Amino acid sequence: MKQIKVLGSGCTKCVKTAELISEVVAELGVDAEVSKETSPEAIMGYGVMRTPAVVIDEHVVHSGSMPEKAQIVGWLS
Amino acid sequence: MLVIFSQFADWLVYQLLGLSPEQRLGEALHFFVEDTSKIFALLVVMIYVLALLRASLNVERVRDYLAGKHRTTGYLLGSAFGAVTPFCSCSSIPAFLGFTSAGIPLGITMAFLLTSPLINEVAVLLLLSILGWKFTLIYIAVGMLVGICAGALLDAIHAERWLQAFAAKALERGQQQDFQAGEAEVLSWQARHQFAKQETRDIFARVWKWVLIGVGLGAALHGFVPDGWVVAHLGQGQWWSVPLAVLLGVPLYSNVTGIVPVMESLLQHGLPIGTTLAFCMATVAASFPEFVLLKQVMQWRLLAAVLLILLTAFTLMGWLFNLIGPLL
Repeated sequence: MKQIKVLGSGCTKCVKTAELISEVVAELGVDAEVSKETSPEAIMGYGVMRTPAVVIDEHVVHSGSMPEKAQIVGWLS
Repeated sequence: MLVIFSQFADWLVYQLLGLSPEQRLGEALHFFVEDTSKIFALLVVMIYVLALLRASLNVERVRDYLAGKHRTTGYLLGSAFGAVTPFCSCSSIPAFLGFTSAGIPLGITMAFLLTSPLINEVAVLLLLSILGWKFTLIYIAVGMLVGICAGALLDAIHAERWLQAFAAKALERGQQQDFQAGEAEVLSWQARHQFAKQETRDIFARVWKWVLIGVGLGAALHGFVPDGWVVAHLGQGQWWSVPLAVLLGVPLYSNVTGIVPVMESLLQHGLPIGTTLAFCMATVAASFPEFVLLKQVMQWRLLAAVLLILLTAFTLMGWLFNLIGPLL
């Protein structure tokens, strides 16, 4: 099962990013768990300086904007 | 070229709506229509062009560049990068921690963060086209100077002891290690265009309401504050008017883009330049939502110190410019 984390301190874009990823996960029927990480300390631990950022299985795959749907599909397949 | 927006407002307000320039409502509405149409058009073009040029500049590269820089140049560079780096205040905490964990001193990081809301390239171009180059230069110089002095002062009083514990530890670790810079990416024009398109949409979505509020306020001042009232009551740059302007400005918040039409209107009404700058910069630089965010990485004492330094800096700067304003 993939662990997907959306990093960000609760800004609208971060919430939307998490929603979009959950949608794509449901659409593709991928076995994955989507969660949000809002702690500044944890975000620092990933070395991320721009949010929203996306972490899949502890690897930062994206940072600084809301990802496009096609990008998310790419990460999940 | 910009005169077409004035002509458009003439046509819409005086001819189509049949209002007269002599009426208060007519004058206020004319100001509103001219400024919103002009600012919106300028914004879209400028954000796109500038984003195209600076697509590869981001906070990660600024950090890589600032890490290990000597303090004296560090404050100046931190402030300069704060002015030109595209940066959303929603990322200020991760950016702050990114700088801190790279061992960059607190003062340099704060010079970056404090200058960032005060100056950005879009605001500078708006200032240039609306208030002229002289005022624009003064504005940039003052904004950077406030960031640089606040940063240097915070380091001088060793303000880093008032960071939250985990941030203080990250700073200490960062200063002991040699910082490894990341690889800079090379961008194609296609990628730049994508970035610029996205950036134009994002920034426009973020600032349009501030522009409307700002122009609305400017228009209200224009049409409904009697000519001569400002000059009669505040025109001499009375000493108390500057701290009062700063205190009024702090609880108010506006994006820098929205404050430009307010400055235009205040200056046209004869408010002295120092009082105008003090009010507008306090409005833009200090915002309560931002301070609540910073609480996650700073203790109350540090937040209070930052706020106090800002208030003092804006007041001193206001007095100075009221004094030398007539000479400019």
